Amino acid sequence: MIERVRERPLLRREGGASTLRRESAAVRGPSTQRPGRSAHRAPRAGALSTLTQAIRDGGVITWRNLLGLRRVPEALIGMTVQPIILVLLFALVFAGSLGGAAYREFLIAGIFAQTVTFNVFLTTIAMANDLQKGIIDRFRSLPMSRVAVVLGRTMADLGVGVLTLVVTSVTGLVVGWRIRGSVLDALAGFALLLLFSFAMSWVGVLVGLTARTVEVAQSAGLVWVFPVAFVSSAFVSVQGFPGWLQPFGEWNPVSAVAHASRELFGNPTQLPGFPESHAWPAQHAVLYAVLSSLAVIAVFLPLATARYRRLASR
Amino acid sequence: MPYRGHSRVSSMGELAVRVEGLTKSFGSVRALDGVNLQIPTGSVLGLLGPNGAGKTTMVRVLTTLLRPDGGRAWVAGHDVARAPQAVRRSIGLSGQYAAVDGNLTGAENLYLVGRLYGLTRVASRARAHELIERFGLTEDAQRPSKTYSGGMQRRLDLAGALVASPAVVMLDEPTTGLDPRGRLDTWAMISELVADGATVLLTTQYLEEADQLADRIVVIDRGRAIASGTADELKSQIGGERLQVVLADAGRIGFARQVLADVGTGEPVVDEHLRRVSVPVMGGTKALVEALRRFDAGGVEVLDVAMQRPTLDDVFLTLTGHLAEVRGEKVAGAA
Repeated sequence: MIERVRERPLLRREGGASTLRRESAAVRGPSTQRPGRSAHRAPRAGALSTLTQAIRDGGVITWRNLLGLRRVPEALIGMTVQPIILVLLFALVFAGSLGGAAYREFLIAGIFAQTVTFNVFLTTIAMANDLQKGIIDRFRSLPMSRVAVVLGRTMADLGVGVLTLVVTSVTGLVVGWRIRGSVLDALAGFALLLLFSFAMSWVGVLVGLTARTVEVAQSAGLVWVFPVAFVSSAFVSVQGFPGWLQPFGEWNPVSAVAHASRELFGNPTQLPGFPESHAWPAQHAVLYAVLSSLAVIAVFLPLATARYRRLASR
Repeated sequence: MPYRGHSRVSSMGELAVRVEGLTKSFGSVRALDGVNLQIPTGSVLGLLGPNGAGKTTMVRVLTTLLRPDGGRAWVAGHDVARAPQAVRRSIGLSGQYAAVDGNLTGAENLYLVGRLYGLTRVASRARAHELIERFGLTEDAQRPSKTYSGGMQRRLDLAGALVASPAVVMLDEPTTGLDPRGRLDTWAMISELVADGATVLLTTQYLEEADQLADRIVVIDRGRAIASGTADELKSQIGGERLQVVLADAGRIGFARQVLADVGTGEPVVDEHLRRVSVPVMGGTKALVEALRRFDAGGVEVLDVAMQRPTLDDVFLTLTGHLAEVRGEKVAGAA
């Protein structure tokens, strides 16, 4: 076998005919130098802790994802138009039969809870999309944090969550909803909704990475998100459910999020004509909403991250 | 931008890539069946084989995207299974399908890759600008890359592999699916990279491409390396190119035979009936020009002249006794 090792330029050419040559000369730098010494390169190994790198790279991926959402606003429009339609539909069409102004007050926190639950669609589809397009292969060949891709996805979708909450709030204000509690409580209410939105995104990452195609991701989302969002106190009273379904409605975190938001926004927590629920989640709505959000994150963050890592061993 | 992140490979001499007994199966299909490879630092290895031979599986193992079932591999001195992050710092990958983000502009794509290699904002921006210029994408730098042509997307993908000036560049079928113009452009770019001695692993289905770009070629079939050597060595193994002429006048066959014996590397073969003389040659066109010059000087009228180049099929026929065949789609996709 003949090894024809090519001649290497000893010096970096200055202003040579082609920038490629200059570049490649740099690539071929003396092999005695240790990696990571370049002034342009942040030292990677050791110096940056895993967590710092995860946050930094996660931030870069978040930027990339937000840019993508801005360039292809269809998904974003869907996510923001949908709560507007729901608010108008329930407030103008259904409210008349369900209790009028009182129902409108009751309704908006429910729409908030349902909207942040539906955020999972966005995450699922975006994740499956990335996987299908092959960009994930590039990411996985880069010396970046192994959680950055999934973290960047959930962070970007949290940003979308903020936008949908703003849109829903404004629409709610238009149809007569008001925040009747303190400013601090209201801020806590929005913070709680975003926490739940973030938790749901981690579920979406796992579903999206498991589905592999956008079509499967879409239908996989529909199968479980609708029952979870609607078998709750988001739009109606759980007391109106058949007896066997009531425990599910009461312990559904979406109910707790809706109930807690009502408390924090100073809105009625029950519909006229129904007794207050004595179930533990309803009695401790804020606590239960926070705990169930944290529990979802505690379960799905590691699962989603592990799933992403496992893609490597296909 | 000077980059000196070149990994020291003293632990394995002057090898940038070393592969020992690598195996990987997908179900019952052995995509890699005990492959050994060595790429000396600063050289270009062409991994030649048909679809489903295991080329992409090899690249995916060496770029840490896939865990091998058995065997070991080192890239820039780092074990791909034990130190994948160190391997990732030393490599640049350009895949068979352009792995660019269609929603981002060309410049943004390269900036993104730079940031994820750990470059600072300023350095990433400068590097993106530099590569955009070098790859002739300046006019389109601010358009979302999904509006690019296939060739442009591949160029952008190739640029992405070079962002961190990696020690080892892996190019998986860089010209598959490109039109002839795009292929020539890509060849030119790889040649430039190669001319300054980058260590490159290049997979291809085309003997011609490996011949153009690679210092050494490893022929791979059904997950096994079945031959290796320079392009010339491989060609001489399979008989190399043949120069063939058809004469107008049967009376000049003797003269033609003498000329071809002089310019060729073997015994000319004569077909009196067809007035055809052929001979194996090395360094194709030189022999061709020399032969034609002498025919002209000798007043011999040549009806037809042809260079027969060995193809991948010739290589496979000679080495394996079977034609280069494409294995099942599923395997082709995975491997």
